[in-house]
Amino acid sequence: MLSWLVPQASTSARDIDWLFALILLTVGFWFVVAQAVLFTFIFRFRRRPGVSAAYVTGERKEEKRWISRPHALVIVCDVVLITGAILTWKAVKQDLPPADERVRIIAQQWAWVFVHPGPDGKLDTDDDVRTVNDLHVKVDTTYHFELTSRDVVHSFSVPAFRLKQDAVPGRMVTGWFRPTRLGTYDVQCAEICGIGHALMPARLTVETAAEHTAWYQSRSAQGG
Amino acid sequence: MAEADAQSFWSRYLFSTDHKIIGLQYLFTGMFMGLVGAFLAYVFRMQLAFPGAHVPLYGVVTPLQYNALVTNHGAIMIFWVAMPILIAGLGNYLIPLMLGCDDMVFPRLNRLSYQIFFLSAVLILVSLFVPGGGFGGAWTAYPPLSASAQYNHTPWGAPLWLIAVALEFVAFLLGGINFITTVMNARAPGMGPLQIPIFVWMVVIASVVFMASVGPLVAGAIMLLFDQLLGTHFYDPKAGGDPLLWQHLFWFFGHPEVYVVLLPALGIVAEVITVFARKKLFAYKTILYTSFATGIISFFVWAHHQFVAGIDPRMAHLFTITTLIISIPIAEMTFAFIATLYGGSIELRTPMLWALAFIAEFLIGGVTGIFLGANATDIYLHDSYFVVAHFHYTFFPIAVIAGFAAITFWFPKMFGRHMNETLGKIHFWGTIIPFNFVFIPLFVLGAAGEHRRIYSYEHFSQLFTPGLQNLRVLATVALVVMLLFQFVFLYNFVRSWIAGEKAEPNPWRANTLEWAAPSPPPHGNFAEMPTVYRGPYEYSVPGRPLDYWPQHLPS
Repeated sequence: MLSWLVPQASTSARDIDWLFALILLTVGFWFVVAQAVLFTFIFRFRRRPGVSAAYVTGERKEEKRWISRPHALVIVCDVVLITGAILTWKAVKQDLPPADERVRIIAQQWAWVFVHPGPDGKLDTDDDVRTVNDLHVKVDTTYHFELTSRDVVHSFSVPAFRLKQDAVPGRMVTGWFRPTRLGTYDVQCAEICGIGHALMPARLTVETAAEHTAWYQSRSAQGG
Repeated sequence: MAEADAQSFWSRYLFSTDHKIIGLQYLFTGMFMGLVGAFLAYVFRMQLAFPGAHVPLYGVVTPLQYNALVTNHGAIMIFWVAMPILIAGLGNYLIPLMLGCDDMVFPRLNRLSYQIFFLSAVLILVSLFVPGGGFGGAWTAYPPLSASAQYNHTPWGAPLWLIAVALEFVAFLLGGINFITTVMNARAPGMGPLQIPIFVWMVVIASVVFMASVGPLVAGAIMLLFDQLLGTHFYDPKAGGDPLLWQHLFWFFGHPEVYVVLLPALGIVAEVITVFARKKLFAYKTILYTSFATGIISFFVWAHHQFVAGIDPRMAHLFTITTLIISIPIAEMTFAFIATLYGGSIELRTPMLWALAFIAEFLIGGVTGIFLGANATDIYLHDSYFVVAHFHYTFFPIAVIAGFAAITFWFPKMFGRHMNETLGKIHFWGTIIPFNFVFIPLFVLGAAGEHRRIYSYEHFSQLFTPGLQNLRVLATVALVVMLLFQFVFLYNFVRSWIAGEKAEPNPWRANTLEWAAPSPPPHGNFAEMPTVYRGPYEYSVPGRPLDYWPQHLPS
């Protein structure tokens, strides 16, 4: 359902959207039932002349069932949602699938520096390509990223990938993504980082392997 | 009492030790700060709807100012509006009255707590006007941004802001000690634990939770202040510090804080719905136990704010479980409140409308919290406008809706006069309808990937579309409408205070002890100290001619 609002451009996006839909249906059910009962009671038990209120303590066992039975159902729903959340989290965050490629992302006030591995596919070699606010990746390729910050806490967020990870100075955080859809997507900084927080937009381009190679060649032709 | 009557204006109203005067001072300070916080929201919402435009009554918003506006809006609304109104204001005013005693057990400590609070309010306002402007590192104040003027560019604003927050904590620590001691020691004869009104219980549990959670944060705030002013490096990784330390200390306090204000709000709703439904509170004991459970579980959920903060991913499973478990006592309490209405004789006076609206709106806040407590969906929604919408659907009912329920309900007791019912209902609908038009669009914007604390989306091609921009304009227009309707309330408040219809001591025919005192209660509260014979919610008891049975009347 999220994909109606924002493109679904990575494998994680598919998994997270599934969990989002599961939660939406579950809590949507509770929301509708609770509001319906609330409004029904408000209208049905409006003050009428000569009719006094019932004396119900809620302490007797058969009365307690009014709340303990829905309560048991809430627990069942919680178990379902917790299971779904744990499985999805393991898949998108905890387990790192083997990497096809690596990129390095360095955040600073107020720009993103991306280090691409270059044609040899390895970081820290002579053909690395460094760019500012412009990340290029290949479709259907599993990437590991190394994320750091040079100054304050930033957060690397690509809504179309459903990817978000804080960049914490002093730490290097490793994560992964696998793009599934061609196109250019917004990168935002999701953690307030000073005056230029709104001025840290970057572009992420998902391209085919051939386009990616061509991009590397155009970069080296420019001396990049 | 004779001594009290002989006091001068100053000692009676400004330096009084009377819990009612102090309660009203907290209430009025909270309401004033609410206007300040609302004005800040108006300015930054205008900027979001009409980027770069001249905002009436303010001017053009710069990025640095924008950060200060959102930061101080959040801090002011939580620490200087929700806390003083719900806990300190109403707690001070009502606890001794509901317990049937003449004052708090430490009246001078109470006085001191308000004075410190007042100083903190002055400091936070001053911090907006110092050279460099107000602090703009968000109300969460994550270092290193908050720890160094080199990063945040507010050399005066940041330390002043932090000192103001720390002083505010000290004030509420002193207040909490007073509440707990008073409830333990000064109850009317006959009032056992299960005869205490639920509002009083809720303030006590909230005070315990606050006192147990705030210590680490005060320590953390002092370390942050040292980083800012003395050049220490507690949070600076370049010298061996750790920015995540602050996040843990902050959220170990920050999440229980939600329940610190939520519990008194639930207490207010319980008091109001029983009176206007003429019903006994459904499952009093269950509500009490679930409140204790909520208070305890609230200490085990903080790291759900850090799912994407670079902590060990395995930790997220534990915090997802604890976070979703807290839905269980809160859901049970909500069910009990709804069940209280069953078989009632509901009269939709203004306080009751607010109390019912609390349940309806808070449900939205409650269910949307599940999306954020579940670790995997939080990856996407964290720090997005979905979060902003979610917590406004919890905090707005808590601080504003329950606040109005309380003020309209206890106004006759506080001032001896009734508020105007027609104006009250106009204000109610003029607040509730636009409120939903402010925040439902924000759920959509958040789900579409819009992140918070960004002063303009012009640089984001996927967010600066006409469709999404229209939603921003809708939210802003609705906010302006809602704010304009608050003047109806202010007019009603002042007019009723001066010239409202006179109220008897017990106009709502309620049971709790505050209604046994004169309206307004004099210094010392009760002409004759009451004795308690039964629980607070004996409404519509079969076989009695009246549908209420005050706690202090012998059988």
